[in-house]
Amino acid sequence: MGTAQITRTYEPSGLIAYITHRNRIWRKNPSLFAGGVILLAIFVVILFNKQIAPYNPIAMDFNAALQAPSRQHILGTDNYGRDLFSRIIRATPLDLKVGILAVLFPLIIGVFVGMLSGYFGGIVDTIFMRLVDTFIAFPFMVLIISVIAVLGPGLNNVILAVTMVSWIIYARLVRGEVLVAKNLEYVMAAKVLGYSDLRIMIRHILPNVITTAIIFGALDVALDILLASSLGFLGLGVQPPEPEWGAIIAEGRQFMSTAWWISVYPGIAIIITGAGFALLADGLADVLRVGGKEG
Amino acid sequence: MIPVALGISLILFLLLRAIPGDPAIIRLGVRATPAAVANLHREMGLDKPIWTQYFIYLRDIVTLNLGDSIRYEVPVAKLIGQRLPITLFLAVYATLLSIIITVPMATFAAMRKDQTADTTIRIIFMLVLGMPEFWVSVILLIVFSLKIPIFPLGGYGKNFPEHIYHLALPAFVLALGQSAWLIRSLRSGIIDVLQDEHVNFARAKGLNDRMVLLRHILRNSLIPTVTILGLNIGYLVGGTVIIESIFSLPGMGSMMLEAIFNRDYTVVQSATLCFAVLVILINLLTDLTYSILDPRVTLG
Repeated sequence: MGTAQITRTYEPSGLIAYITHRNRIWRKNPSLFAGGVILLAIFVVILFNKQIAPYNPIAMDFNAALQAPSRQHILGTDNYGRDLFSRIIRATPLDLKVGILAVLFPLIIGVFVGMLSGYFGGIVDTIFMRLVDTFIAFPFMVLIISVIAVLGPGLNNVILAVTMVSWIIYARLVRGEVLVAKNLEYVMAAKVLGYSDLRIMIRHILPNVITTAIIFGALDVALDILLASSLGFLGLGVQPPEPEWGAIIAEGRQFMSTAWWISVYPGIAIIITGAGFALLADGLADVLRVGGKEG
Repeated sequence: MIPVALGISLILFLLLRAIPGDPAIIRLGVRATPAAVANLHREMGLDKPIWTQYFIYLRDIVTLNLGDSIRYEVPVAKLIGQRLPITLFLAVYATLLSIIITVPMATFAAMRKDQTADTTIRIIFMLVLGMPEFWVSVILLIVFSLKIPIFPLGGYGKNFPEHIYHLALPAFVLALGQSAWLIRSLRSGIIDVLQDEHVNFARAKGLNDRMVLLRHILRNSLIPTVTILGLNIGYLVGGTVIIESIFSLPGMGSMMLEAIFNRDYTVVQSATLCFAVLVILINLLTDLTYSILDPRVTLG
């Protein structure tokens, strides 16, 4: 067995061994790990918002207007002399709130409707599918904007408008899963045991179908943050002087030639946050799809 | 299609009815006399039962009688006639650009699967996917209109070459977002087809690489990508709302936004209707494209 000695020549030890060991989470599921780290950092930003922001994000200081990034103002200042870094930090909880609530509400409604529609079928299902066909004919953004036209601009109305439009996506997703699940053996078994429809739906089908909706939801948070900042940019979202990423980019448009930093940096905040949720969704898909296809 | 069209009209009708406030008072102002309001109610058919109002609304759509803009006091149909060509031009331009970006990039990446070039293209377009369109637009304006003045800041131009030149940046922004989705799909499509036997056979026949790629690989791998293109055009059309406002283009999207800020609800409603009809037509067109790409698909 001469070869055994050759293979034992090098084994990493100490910190390197710890980091490179194949059982570590960042080796097993790098997406989940990277997404988790980014979101943890964002969570810290939200928790210690006031401590992290060096200036008051809405306090004006005309002596410091339109300053380029410097040691005093690391990302520069806007036309009112407000510190851009503080404004971006302060906007974080706001954008996250829209992103998360605009997923949570449609998720709850969508799971409820999708379960009923898929499980019972019949007339409810037919009406639901017609509704799906209709909603899909509209460009998503156009529909959201026209709902906001009716409700009026503002943070809560953005959440309401997204809820009204996007629950249907979740419902369709869950309906498809329920259609498959309700013919599987464990549901048949539950029926034979004489369990009520309600119990079968909640205790047996729901835990098996909700994962797809949750994975999509994590990705949808990223999409909704993009959407919310787009609406903020158009002036239909959060109203000034409260800072919001998209709105800050819109404010910076007037100063594109002199103060590019106002428009550039908030976009980077959007991209980082979006990447965090997209990676989380990717990682969750690996973890939650137990028994599914590997890799 | 007919139930969908009815559904769309019903949603739009309800949306218009959901607007707080009396449309007659919005048009006449708060100081209007009750008699004038009642008169306008009768004129607009608002004194009739809601179902009758819906049927009147349907009849108006079919006869293209979309009502008047409250602000500009001209027929909405006329406004749309002026604005729609610009949005269509932008959408077609962006779609063509996205194909020009997608096909070479995806082919290049697929042929070098898992090599540096492939990984680089995938990472770049994954990042593009997370970038807000309005932000990319602002960056491009800063770089290519202000720092290095190659492209105009906005506007539409007067003739065809000017349109091409003026719409280059906005179309590119829309195309970039679109390509990010398309490249993913086309790349994996090509990788699948590359393993098919007919590709080996074509090579064995002695066809050169170009012919194999164009006639045997691309044609077969385009079908799933066309589906995604068709589905995403709705998204692209939605994107024009933002892009048009940034590049000050007088299209449907910017008309809709102006109308929202002016509380010109007839315009908002008609614009939404017009966008929905556009998406339905595009989906129809996508279905027609299948039968060209794949003769086995027949339209039933």
